[in-house]
Amino acid sequence: MSLARTLATARRVLLQLRHDPRTVALIMLVPCVLETLLRLIYTHHRAAFDEAGAPLLAFFPLTTVFLVTSIALLRERVSGTLERLLTTPIGRLELLGGYALSFGLLAAVQATLVSALTLGPLGLRVNGPVVVLVVLAICVAVLGTGLGLLASAFARSEFQVVQFFPVIVIPQLLLCGLLIARQRMPVGLHAISDVLPLSYAVDGMHHLSRQAGTSLALWGDIAIVLAFAAGALLLGAVTLRRRTD
Amino acid sequence: MKAVDIDGLRVVRGGRVVLSGVDLSLSAGRVIGLFGPSGSGKSTLIRSIAGVQSRVEGTVSVFGAEPGSAAARRAVGYMTQASSIYEDLTIAENVGYFAALRGADVGSVLERVQLDPWSGQLVRNLSGGQRARVSLAAALVGEPQLLLLDEPTVGLDPLLRRDLWSLFRELVSEGAALLVSSHVLDEGRHCDELILLREGRVVAQLTPAELSRRTGTDDLDEAFIRLIEAA
Repeated sequence: MSLARTLATARRVLLQLRHDPRTVALIMLVPCVLETLLRLIYTHHRAAFDEAGAPLLAFFPLTTVFLVTSIALLRERVSGTLERLLTTPIGRLELLGGYALSFGLLAAVQATLVSALTLGPLGLRVNGPVVVLVVLAICVAVLGTGLGLLASAFARSEFQVVQFFPVIVIPQLLLCGLLIARQRMPVGLHAISDVLPLSYAVDGMHHLSRQAGTSLALWGDIAIVLAFAAGALLLGAVTLRRRTD
Repeated sequence: MKAVDIDGLRVVRGGRVVLSGVDLSLSAGRVIGLFGPSGSGKSTLIRSIAGVQSRVEGTVSVFGAEPGSAAARRAVGYMTQASSIYEDLTIAENVGYFAALRGADVGSVLERVQLDPWSGQLVRNLSGGQRARVSLAAALVGEPQLLLLDEPTVGLDPLLRRDLWSLFRELVSEGAALLVSSHVLDEGRHCDELILLREGRVVAQLTPAELSRRTGTDDLDEAFIRLIEAA
């Protein structure tokens, strides 16, 4: 592993984003607008906002980072830059690490911004430490990078890669415990939700919004989210073929 | 050691035999031109040496190493047929990135491909000819020992083509091995050695002078036609 090549890749991805300010603005603003919308929907149901607001802070970075990462890597594949990169000294894990680092950083800024808005002006009430909430949101963003990189390995066109969003992300949203507590789902569905990473992110967010302080269970949830992220990155590196037809 | 050794290379793509029974050996210090009509297998041959072509049978080695291995990747600078550079980065940012991957500096590469006056320009605002040179610069950076250039002169004006061929001459005099493909046979006169490819087979590997002697003409296009008709 060469840290220099990973950092060079992260820097290159961030430079590409700097030349595309509209995308950066959308990534930063859209979740803020959606949390505001949620607050307005629950104008007369303040408790419901407190219940849904925190889990959605984990969901937004997952969606934006998943889409941006999967499309960015697909563009590398289609434009031929990926083929060229695979003939240079950079290793596959170094390349994906660069992606995870740059989009992770972008997502960290996004998560901080949305959390500040939601906890400040929008008045979301949480009992746990705010710093841990932001850390969990950032971990989910790194997970989004991993899943996005993995999804792009199975797509050959923009049309295909966008279709992985309803396949990979939406079922997790339905099963994560946001709509109905996971314990109240049929046994089979509960078992499926146990192997989906967003479930643990939402468990963690519920913990933070309901209970003061942290616990082993909360750190366990965060560790599981990070383990899924690392697993997705490794799997992405394995499925990235150097030789193509 | 030879820069590239190929023995019994055969590649099948989409059920079609693209390369078959290719034996080649390429030395450093010579401009080696890979010529043949489109569809003759030039790009597939270059991709096989670069280590990105799947379903390769036979053996290919780059300075004794397996193509695509870490050792081979340190030695190879590859310019694909499509420009394969980042549209949303400037010239300097593109070349700087590929330099960083090799642990090298950009150095004088931009001057050598005559792009230094525009280094701050975004690639998406460049002409096709300029993009081709950014792509070339990205392959040259870090002084790789083996340069694989897939049609680097296509679509360029005559003046620029002449300058690039003299750049290739300079690069090999500095010790690089250079394989450059083109479908314009006339460009063969700039090469020390010609590899003529047709329907996935090597028709001949010879010097331009030998080609003229064997076919009785100085017109390389005509010489190639005669060689194929004789075969």
